[in-house]
Amino acid sequence: MSRSGTRVRAARAYVIAAVFLAVAVLVGAMAGAADLNPSATATALLNRLPLVHLSSGLSPLDQAVLFQIRLPRVVLGALVGGALSLAGAGYQGVFRNPLVDSSLLGSSAGAGLGATLAIVYLGPSAPAAVPVAAFVGSLVGVAVAYLAGAAGGPGTSTLLLAGLAVSMFLTAVQTYVLQRSTQDIQQVYSWLLGSLSAATWHQTTQILPYLAVAVTAVLLHGRHLDVLSVGDEEARSLGLHPHRIRLVVVAGCALAAASAVAVSGLIGFVGIVVPHAVRRLAGTSYRRVLPLSLLFGAGFLVLADTVARTVAAPAELPIGVVTALIGSPAFVWILRSTRSVRT
Amino acid sequence: MAHPPVRLRPIVRAVSAATAVLAAVTVVAGCSSSPSASGPSSSSSVAASTTAAAASFPVTVNASNGKVTVKSAPQHIVSLSPTATEDLYAVGAGKQVVAVDQTSNYPSGVPVTSLSGLTPNLEAIVKYQPDLVVASQDSGGLVAGLTKLGVPVLIEPAAATLDAAYAQIEQIGRATGHADQAAQTVSGMKTKIAAAVKQAGNSHADLSYYWEISANPYYSATSATFVGQIASLFGLKNIADKADKAADGGYPQLSQEYIVAAQPQLVFLSDNEASDGGQSPAVVAARPGWSGILAVKTRQIVGLNDDEASRWGPRLPELVAQIAQAVEKASGK
Repeated sequence: MSRSGTRVRAARAYVIAAVFLAVAVLVGAMAGAADLNPSATATALLNRLPLVHLSSGLSPLDQAVLFQIRLPRVVLGALVGGALSLAGAGYQGVFRNPLVDSSLLGSSAGAGLGATLAIVYLGPSAPAAVPVAAFVGSLVGVAVAYLAGAAGGPGTSTLLLAGLAVSMFLTAVQTYVLQRSTQDIQQVYSWLLGSLSAATWHQTTQILPYLAVAVTAVLLHGRHLDVLSVGDEEARSLGLHPHRIRLVVVAGCALAAASAVAVSGLIGFVGIVVPHAVRRLAGTSYRRVLPLSLLFGAGFLVLADTVARTVAAPAELPIGVVTALIGSPAFVWILRSTRSVRT
Repeated sequence: MAHPPVRLRPIVRAVSAATAVLAAVTVVAGCSSSPSASGPSSSSSVAASTTAAAASFPVTVNASNGKVTVKSAPQHIVSLSPTATEDLYAVGAGKQVVAVDQTSNYPSGVPVTSLSGLTPNLEAIVKYQPDLVVASQDSGGLVAGLTKLGVPVLIEPAAATLDAAYAQIEQIGRATGHADQAAQTVSGMKTKIAAAVKQAGNSHADLSYYWEISANPYYSATSATFVGQIASLFGLKNIADKADKAADGGYPQLSQEYIVAAQPQLVFLSDNEASDGGQSPAVVAARPGWSGILAVKTRQIVGLNDDEASRWGPRLPELVAQIAQAVEKASGK
């Protein structure tokens, strides 16, 4: 494809991503179990824009539902979805493997163990400790996997296998702890299942700084990942340091995934399905795959969560079920319509 | 119920985790809608014992795991269910109990061990040389294993109705040689519950309530559940009924915004103890967006005793009384 053709394709992908995210957020804000009047909801949202003064006619209770319960959930969903997708795309670039996402690298297992420990041993005294423990656990999981893999010698598959082993180990510890404390099973499984149902503005502001750092770090390395994809030797000959790049991107992805996991529990599949959809749309260059994954992931999770909380309203479905139910067929369709998978 | 390994495909992982959490919720709520809740009467082969305990053995009862024969008055009872433990002590069989599972915590002084009713270890149970084991579910081949060793096992699952709960107490009474005291326990419970309902009134269809099983995500109980039926004694309206799907077993996960918009006048918390999620009335009132709920405005958030609200034993009158008190207050009586 010619250079200008690539540019047009990229521009088109960015426009689609922006529209997709905007529509997802709008749908997410308008839909919900509380049956708010759509036009009044739209007016109330517009009213929050600077220089706009409109009377929405929403009751104070409806306003509370919209601004304290629904909107923080939409925003948190966008942040979590973006973070998970970006982390997935970043890992896939680092490991040159289309099947990698944070769950394979000790991140999910570490977060699960951290949350379980917090619920079982600290639960009574400090419910606020669970997200912190999940965050730390997630980072520790990846760090241990990285160290174990790096000690095994060069090569990305060693690292990946180490991640698998570490995940298995951490999961076993978690299961053991849980087995010893069966009265906490319900709480732990609720957490493991992943949910945005208790989203608050507080959670959003809590993870934003970490996400900002992580996203910036990963996005800046898109070009380097493209070079790495041809091989370490070639990258070195161009003056790059593959190990350093890998370390920075893995750290960034780990931080992004840990932030997401801390507030939402384990939500699977986003990190795999979104980057692949993006590649289909905009090609395989990480300069585009990374930012587009961020945008599409945000929109995807907002939509999935909207389905989770409306399709059976006023009941809810676990969001992990929805991401997998929508994601798996979409993923298969993408695979079938793509002749070869390149990362 | 091991945490699924990471290799599982995500859909399998999600679905199995969903199943697990629902199962766990049901277990914790202690109110599975199992249709096999023990029948209201024992096997006809044995007349209710009115004389000394020893005279009435062997006794055969119709537990949820079928007909169970206890050959002689049991002296080494192991209880793997906190409700069964309460039942045993209420009917006067406490002296015969040698071990109870790790979640049994009432009455005080019960011989707590590390035994588990969820993942029972046969050898650990047999170590206590039991001549009767009572549990709320037959997990891990419990019944088959103990039956092979000649130890009678009573499975007394989560009661679906008040009558089923009474029947379990009477059954446990018969199986342990305390039929009389069990009958007294049950009639005492019925009297107390009837009095509480009479005092507070039984037709409060204008009062709606939200019964919280757990927060984040918000699991609730509909009026079809065991606890819902208790609330229905007062004629209360349950906001979760609209969300009930057959698959939920009466415990739907509600959207937070629906709970707020439904404006319940009463909120009952069965997860307010620190060890149980710590959703105390103060915590609930402080949730963002909840300040507009009637129950929050009028301080009608009731922190129940979590154990009483999740078991189906002799302390049910206490649960009913706590609800009655809240109903009286809310109805301005």
